[in-house]
Amino acid sequence: MTATATSPAPGTAGDTTRPSAVVTGIGVAAPNGLGTEAWWQATLRGESGIGPVTDYDASRYPSRLVGSITGFDAAEHIPGRLLPQTDRVTRLALVAGAEALADAGADPAELAGQDGYGDYSLGVVTSNATGGFGFTHREIRKLWTEGPQKVSVYESFAWFYAVNTGQLSIRHKLRGPSGVLVSEQAGGLDAIGQSRRTLRQGVKLSLTGGMDSSLDPWGLTSHIASGRLSRGTDPATAYLPFDARAAGHVPGEGGAILVLEDATAARARGARVYGEIAGYAATFSPRPGSGRPPGLERAARLALADSGLTPESVDVVFADAAGTPAADEEEATALRSLFGPYGVPVTAPKTLTGRLYGGGAPLDVAGALLALRDGVVPPTAGIGRPVAGHRLDLVRDTPREGPLRTALVLARGHGGFNAAVVVRAAGAS
Amino acid sequence: MAVITLHDLAGVLTECAGADEDVVLTSESLDVTFTDLGYDSLALLETAATVQQRYGVTLSDDEVSEITTPREFLDLVNQSAVQAA
Amino acid sequence: MNRSVAITGIGVIAPGGVGKKAFWDLLVSGRTATRTISFFDPSRFRSQVAAEVDFDPQRYGLSPREARRLDRAAQFAVVSARECLADSGLEFVKLDPHRTGVSIGSAVGGTTSLEREYLVLSDSGKLWEVDSDYVSPHLFDAFVPSSLAAEVAWTVGAEGPATVVSTGCTSGLDSVGYARDLIAEGTVDVMIAGGADTPISPIAVACFDAIKATTPRNDDPEHASRPFDRTRNGFVLAEGAAMFVLEELEHARARGAHIYGLIGGYATRCNAYHMTGLRPDGTEMADAIRHSLDQARLAPDRVDYVNAHGSGTKQNDRHETAAFKETLGDHAYRVPVSSIKSMVGHSLGAIGSIEIAACALAMENSAVPPTANLHEPDPECDLDYVPNEAREHRVDNVLSVGSGFGGFQSAMVITREETAR
Repeated sequence: MTATATSPAPGTAGDTTRPSAVVTGIGVAAPNGLGTEAWWQATLRGESGIGPVTDYDASRYPSRLVGSITGFDAAEHIPGRLLPQTDRVTRLALVAGAEALADAGADPAELAGQDGYGDYSLGVVTSNATGGFGFTHREIRKLWTEGPQKVSVYESFAWFYAVNTGQLSIRHKLRGPSGVLVSEQAGGLDAIGQSRRTLRQGVKLSLTGGMDSSLDPWGLTSHIASGRLSRGTDPATAYLPFDARAAGHVPGEGGAILVLEDATAARARGARVYGEIAGYAATFSPRPGSGRPPGLERAARLALADSGLTPESVDVVFADAAGTPAADEEEATALRSLFGPYGVPVTAPKTLTGRLYGGGAPLDVAGALLALRDGVVPPTAGIGRPVAGHRLDLVRDTPREGPLRTALVLARGHGGFNAAVVVRAAGAS
Repeated sequence: MAVITLHDLAGVLTECAGADEDVVLTSESLDVTFTDLGYDSLALLETAATVQQRYGVTLSDDEVSEITTPREFLDLVNQSAVQAA
Repeated sequence: MNRSVAITGIGVIAPGGVGKKAFWDLLVSGRTATRTISFFDPSRFRSQVAAEVDFDPQRYGLSPREARRLDRAAQFAVVSARECLADSGLEFVKLDPHRTGVSIGSAVGGTTSLEREYLVLSDSGKLWEVDSDYVSPHLFDAFVPSSLAAEVAWTVGAEGPATVVSTGCTSGLDSVGYARDLIAEGTVDVMIAGGADTPISPIAVACFDAIKATTPRNDDPEHASRPFDRTRNGFVLAEGAAMFVLEELEHARARGAHIYGLIGGYATRCNAYHMTGLRPDGTEMADAIRHSLDQARLAPDRVDYVNAHGSGTKQNDRHETAAFKETLGDHAYRVPVSSIKSMVGHSLGAIGSIEIAACALAMENSAVPPTANLHEPDPECDLDYVPNEAREHRVDNVLSVGSGFGGFQSAMVITREETAR
């Protein structure tokens, strides 16, 4: 590596140093808990957020279970002026973003004025796969039943994929390098990876993570079109990854927003550190039938190499847990190849929330950080008949306690996206 | 007779641009700019569109873009309604 | 690592011409590709003008099966990706799949297909609980825009990082910037990067109508997009795509590739101000420009051409004019500045890439495209906007900028290989 002649500025590719990126704040909106601690305790207790659709009559749909966030009153959390212009997904992102910043004890407007920061030293990078879908459903319906004049001015931005990043940027005055990445359910890790990249380029604090919500009738129908939804009607058994009865997943809403900071800057302001994003990598799997191997294992190996760690140092894996037999087999094969049969505790707390699209993997990263903090692996729910051939050490039904230093989070997105993040406990390196 | 009152306008504004407990529209706000009341150009466009549909008036883009205060808004709508009658 | 990144292949699908040659011919002719919307009856809408692409999927190499399966945006992405790969010569070279990635910009992804399918499943909006019984198996791919990146990755055989960058109207610039970073840091050697968007659908037209962002100049569609002109009154919605082969410089040199130019600098900022509004002083765009120039180690007076965002809204034209003056100083008055949106409209997440293609072709052809329909300059926009006629002009260093909903402000500097450090 060579040093650059000029000092690196935010957004430049010229910074060759690799300061570590640490998580100092967590905000969560999940079907089984709104708020980080509420969600984490519910997860450890094994409380599920999966249930039947209640907002409308879903009896005509072949899949009727969802992981929805009940009892969320946006007006309690968000200024009234923001309500007419935001879809539910953006309200959830704003709530989680505010929680994460409060948790980090970080006031962006104040930080921007401090030495070592600056106007463009704070940013936001999120993932979102389905936009402000309920909002656009209502507006498009108005267009076709009442005419163009009835379409809201806010439709012009409330539904596009960049809306959460844009609104978080405005709300918290984050003016630095920012972005939006979509890689279906792997995109949340790509956002965290990109957020870390901006820190390496000079940003000091970056909000990151992902949020999705698209469980209105048209959204649910679009999920159904994937052919990967469970048709189960019992919330306890509808989504059973790595189980012999696996037959698809339940779609959910929510996600997590994290505060990622340059470790030196976080230390300087005395921030509490949950852990480090020590490694990240993404790959793409070849077209099925190509004869080439899928890319999940390679993503994990690259992320481990990026962190300077080996598979032996991984204490727990948060699995992608797609919930279809072929995809589960593919992931189990990758895990055996990386760690050996039964080589590492594997868990999928998303069995309590359903799959959250852009929000799912960031929620797993939040879970990994809290697992490291508390020395406890949250359980996978409902797996009564694990597929024997997988030879996985699945943490089932009850939490497993023990010291944890390193977690690997895996995510896959439909089409072939793979991503992996290595999370390391504070002070572990 | 006015087709739209300050009370009506306040209701449409809240519907189109959301409530803000620190800002209550009263007769004293008639000449305060919408910007100072915390309403941006989108809020005004949304409000103008709703008012036009609900009160059966037609306002041109230029007229809407020149509105700066609640009084101007009310005057414009009520004059348009008279002309249309 | 901080490796140099070269553009070695270009593929373009733009209104008025499919393929980079047709595209450049249109730009230097000063003709416009804006017209009355033909995709649906626009008579109910305030703005009835758009820049549409005449695109026959089978003529451009898609099989009937691909044409059925792929959303129009995905068709544009795949066809332009094939063109850029062929243009780079890499189609005949064994790419290392693991060292090849994909970064696709799109603001609205499969929205046109989503709306079409919605009308079927909802009985033209009558059903709130839409009918899932007859749902198309392809609906999910339109629902989630990352399918664009997946299709391109499959097309080119990439197995490195793949993603969609969806930062609204700066997606086309930001997807290329993201790809530049992945190559510069050493994660990959080759990226297929660029934007694709096909937003000309009733809901998109309606939502831009609502905020009066698009022009109502319906009686004169050919002259509807008038950036920097006193009489401008909004942008013209468009569709299109542009894809590039980006390659680590030594990788490109080793195979003797034709190098259009290097991505010398790229930066993005947020205005944290308003989802659609812009501060008149252009301060965040100015910062993005400054940092792009710094990365390229280019003094402002060495910029030979500025490709403006030039959407044709009053607030944009003044915003970026202020940013150019702040960053380029007196040179802002001397350097040619033009907006190709005057000819090909504003294709949201694609246009940033289409504009990069225009910049690369300007370097290639020693000419700058004009700003069409500029007859009465706005007194507040007092730069040299290259009105109406293309100009012969040697171009070694280009600045291209973009600005979008959500507050995103991005800038990129492209330099000629010989002038690179």
